[in-house]
Amino acid sequence: MTKPIISIRNLTKRFGPIAAVDDVSFDIAPNEFFALLGPSGCGKTTLLRMIAGLETPTEGEIVIDGQNMAFTPPNQRPVNMVFQSYAVFPHMTVRSNVEYGLRVVGTPREETRRRAEDALAMVKLSDLAERRPDQLSGGQRQRVALARALVKRPKVLLLDEPLSALDAKLREQMQIELTRLQRTVGITFIIVTHDQDEALSMANRIAVMNEGEVSQIASPADLYEHPSSRFVADFIGKVNLIEARVKSRKNGHLLLSAKSIGDVEVPFDKPADGAVTLAVRPEKLKLQPNEPARQDLIIVHGKVRDVAYYGDTSHVIVSGKDGIELSINVQNDSRAGGAGVKQGQEIWVSWLPRDTLVLTE
Amino acid sequence: MTAMQATFRQRLTSADQGPLDYGRRLWLKGLFAIVILLLYAPVVTLIAFSFNTDRRNVVWRGFTLDNYVKAWENSALIEAFTNSLVIAAIATVTSTIIGSMVALLLWRFRFPGKPAYEGFMALPIVIPEICMGVALLAFFARLGWWSSVAALPWPLNLSTIIIAHVAFCFPFVAIVVRARMVGFNRELEEASKDLGASEWQTFWSVIYPFMQPGVVAGALLAFTLSLDDFVITFFTSGPETVTFPVKVYSLVRRGVSPEINAISTALIVITVIATILAMKLQTPERQAGA
Repeated sequence: MTKPIISIRNLTKRFGPIAAVDDVSFDIAPNEFFALLGPSGCGKTTLLRMIAGLETPTEGEIVIDGQNMAFTPPNQRPVNMVFQSYAVFPHMTVRSNVEYGLRVVGTPREETRRRAEDALAMVKLSDLAERRPDQLSGGQRQRVALARALVKRPKVLLLDEPLSALDAKLREQMQIELTRLQRTVGITFIIVTHDQDEALSMANRIAVMNEGEVSQIASPADLYEHPSSRFVADFIGKVNLIEARVKSRKNGHLLLSAKSIGDVEVPFDKPADGAVTLAVRPEKLKLQPNEPARQDLIIVHGKVRDVAYYGDTSHVIVSGKDGIELSINVQNDSRAGGAGVKQGQEIWVSWLPRDTLVLTE
Repeated sequence: MTAMQATFRQRLTSADQGPLDYGRRLWLKGLFAIVILLLYAPVVTLIAFSFNTDRRNVVWRGFTLDNYVKAWENSALIEAFTNSLVIAAIATVTSTIIGSMVALLLWRFRFPGKPAYEGFMALPIVIPEICMGVALLAFFARLGWWSSVAALPWPLNLSTIIIAHVAFCFPFVAIVVRARMVGFNRELEEASKDLGASEWQTFWSVIYPFMQPGVVAGALLAFTLSLDDFVITFFTSGPETVTFPVKVYSLVRRGVSPEINAISTALIVITVIATILAMKLQTPERQAGA
């Protein structure tokens, strides 16, 4: 890894007895699109606010471009933030909003004007420069907030739940635009979100947070296919979790006894024993009306309990013996039948052992 | 459909009224007229009779502007009037600054004993004016200010009254400004600092513009309260200094003369103009954007 632009060292923030952020350490490389992902109350926003300087850490270091800035006031840090409410100044025009950050530090008039013009063009707001925020839509207001932060040419741009206030269509469009913008300006972006789709589709790297601690930091694909814990597997995407006990290990394989399935053998190259959790993603499961002939598959026999239709896919819930329930994603790839199964129908669910994850924590 | 519903529907359609067409209901119009009459008839009478030729001001005898001339030439009345305006102006500026600062303190900071402080701050609003007047009188007398203050040159000889007025005006400003600040999005302040502004720059370019309508409303309130205060002023003014309400009170005991009507009309005009100016000052920004 190249020299990190941001280095978080043993950072802790306590509010009374509660640690909102608990001894967190990680590095962010220049030019990364980094996401802090987690359920509400996991400390991700507090962490972002500490990087911005809006919250003072209880302990630890925040090294920004080689300098510890944990206790530097926000107006002296080379980072800028896009707020959740956008915080566009309501009594100023779009242009004044964008020029504000340059004016307060005494940038020459000519330069202020030019840079604001460029920033407005970048977010496609040049035509609306003389408008007031109350004459803009939510998406446009967000662009103002973006331009206002980017015009400062920060080393890092912080985004606090930037898309949560937009409707679904606009959100998707802004996701694409934000990634494009990040590539164009070449600035490190740190985004806070509780929406896993947002994090997966935009970020290069994601830190999943839970109860003030970082559970895992990985690329989106690694996070999805190789979650390190039950929490991460459950939080990122949908997953079927099955209790199991380790019976024996042999050259890269584990022999397990899984609840209501029986003995299964899955590849696993790390030490494991006692109780573990098996995890398998719904799209890795196959549905068949007859018993599959292949011997190398893990097979569960059951009845279709529910079918939920989502347009492009259908979610099928199958309940087997001993109360096991599996959810399966089926692509609706023909206009005719949807998932092609009926409620109450007998069915076989099968998957490859290598698609099974063994979670030890 | 029951019979009652039927008649109700019939009544609605026959009168051709929607459920929200209150303006077309006769009884409501009547009520409206009575309220307007009770509120404004006395004021209109006051203004009308300021142009009356009748000395005793009981019946209308004819139009004249003499009363205004007479009021203008009555130096005692004019002196009281000027005193009142000067007191109101100084008390308004001072109490607006103090009140706004108190409001900011209560909005922004958490400190031990805050609820108690908030209660104490609002005390001048709830304690009876007569008590406040007596208390201030006792206070100034104890300090021995009467003789020394009265000897000072104008307008310093008004300082006891000004202090008293500030004491009961600033809580009103504080309450109005505080109420305004409740709606402030703290992220605006954070955004300003994040963009490189200092506390001072943030206050004047982000917080104050939001606060301003509250400050202006509070100042107007303080100005009116100070201008027409009688009780507290009566207790805190020295024997030499007289304000307009106190002067009017002493004159009225000898009967209402048209001069008093004239100068009261002038006072009404001044307050109305001040209010219009204040409202104008608040809006130009919004109009410029439209």
